[in-house]
Amino acid sequence: MIEVIYILWLRQLKHYWRSKARLLGSLGQPLLFMITFGFGFGPMYTRASGGANYMDFLAPGIVSMAILFTAVFSGLEVIWDRQFGFLKETLVAPISRTEIMIGKTLGGATIAMIQGLIVLSLTYLLGFRIHSLFSLGLGLIFMSLIAIFFTALGLAIASKMKDMHGFQLIMNFLIMPIFFLSGALFPLDNLPSAIYFISRIDPLTYGVDGLRGAIAGMSTFGIFNDLAVIGVLSALICAIGTLLFSKLEA
Amino acid sequence: MQNILSVQSLTKKFDEFTAVKDISFNVETGSIFAFLGPNGAGKSTTIKMLTTVLKPTSGEISINGFNVLKEQDKARASFGIVFQDHSLDDELTAYENIVYHAVIYKVPKKEREERIRKALEIVGLWDRREDYVKKYSGGMKRRLEIARALVHYPKILFLDEPTVGLDPQTRNSIWNHIKNLNEERKMTIFLTTHYMEEAEAIADQIAIIDHGKIIESGTVEEIKRKTETESLEEAFLKLTGRDIRDENNEPANKMRMIRGMRGRDRH
Repeated sequence: MIEVIYILWLRQLKHYWRSKARLLGSLGQPLLFMITFGFGFGPMYTRASGGANYMDFLAPGIVSMAILFTAVFSGLEVIWDRQFGFLKETLVAPISRTEIMIGKTLGGATIAMIQGLIVLSLTYLLGFRIHSLFSLGLGLIFMSLIAIFFTALGLAIASKMKDMHGFQLIMNFLIMPIFFLSGALFPLDNLPSAIYFISRIDPLTYGVDGLRGAIAGMSTFGIFNDLAVIGVLSALICAIGTLLFSKLEA
Repeated sequence: MQNILSVQSLTKKFDEFTAVKDISFNVETGSIFAFLGPNGAGKSTTIKMLTTVLKPTSGEISINGFNVLKEQDKARASFGIVFQDHSLDDELTAYENIVYHAVIYKVPKKEREERIRKALEIVGLWDRREDYVKKYSGGMKRRLEIARALVHYPKILFLDEPTVGLDPQTRNSIWNHIKNLNEERKMTIFLTTHYMEEAEAIADQIAIIDHGKIIESGTVEEIKRKTETESLEEAFLKLTGRDIRDENNEPANKMRMIRGMRGRDRH
């Protein structure tokens, strides 16, 4: 069981490591957001908040963003596996769908974590500081939960998709709104009620809030509430993903 | 003799089209069974159902005594398969592909290296094991897939057109190896092929499927006798006709004839 999960995990890490272009390319977007938003909205944020530093607010959001996109992509990779025929090889093996789901989730989540850590170290260069090791440890927990949740979400979606044609649909109508309405870029205060509602059912909201609470000391819902929500949601989506995988036909 | 594979009233419908219609057959343990038919006859659909890739609309399949629908993992551990289409990971090396397979099929760790080496040597890829699969030619990929399917010593090996696109040398060596597996390890072989002379040379039992139904079965001799022909190829053509088939679309005149016969539309 452990070895099966390990080999599934290892395969994904090899793919990641061997594709340096993807590795670097996926750092571009968070970096761009961090620099343009950080310097663009920084002065405005400072004035409106009465002196707070926008980088402290933004850094956890950008780290979450890097994790979100890498995780979803890793999950959706299963569609390529299907198109190139490799998925069959895994599906006809005498292993449980739970093992496949766990292996693939951990693989994707590890990659997303690495991307998140790279982005986190880049925020250091832009002046963001974490004040204690405890904060960092707590932050890593939130980062892994975000990574696990969104990899599993990507996998669950991929199990229902036959090819990459629906990719834009998923990105523009699901992943982008999840990102923009999560509070990663701006505080979720004084919003119109519809937007407010959506932001509250957005799983990433609790991930971002928890991570921000952990590493920047700013939290709307309280770290432990965030932990509970994202933790329960991660377990739930993994269960759903396993169920969908058990119905998968190659 | 015991049956390693037993199929009862197997049917698969895709919307209105019935790809496989109520077929039943048995494969004896230790035999080489050839499943023949023109393109689009239902061969691959059947193999997909036998190997748990597709769920049947109705019917029962038992492999090695395990119900394929209810005891999936036990059935899966009992067979190996070489798919008709490509199923390797191009971004891994040949060796990594086989290790992946050995692990997910739970080959004991201490036997792994030896088995992988032997399998790769048989198909002549041992020296190229560290190459990425994306650098392999079509023939090499197919050889690697065959080597991979042998690593977990399945009780029954499904080969869906295993020798398509291979040169005679490789084909010959693959069939020799399959024969050895069958004779020495008593491994049952279930194969499909379009090379009738290969089927004739190797198969103990043959079933011919057309339009989703088994239209003839028996030993090569029995089929030749029943059809009053000299070779399996002649028998095959006599049974299935000489019209050229497409994988997904049958010729228009044939379509009309089938519609008339079945009173059913394909689309």
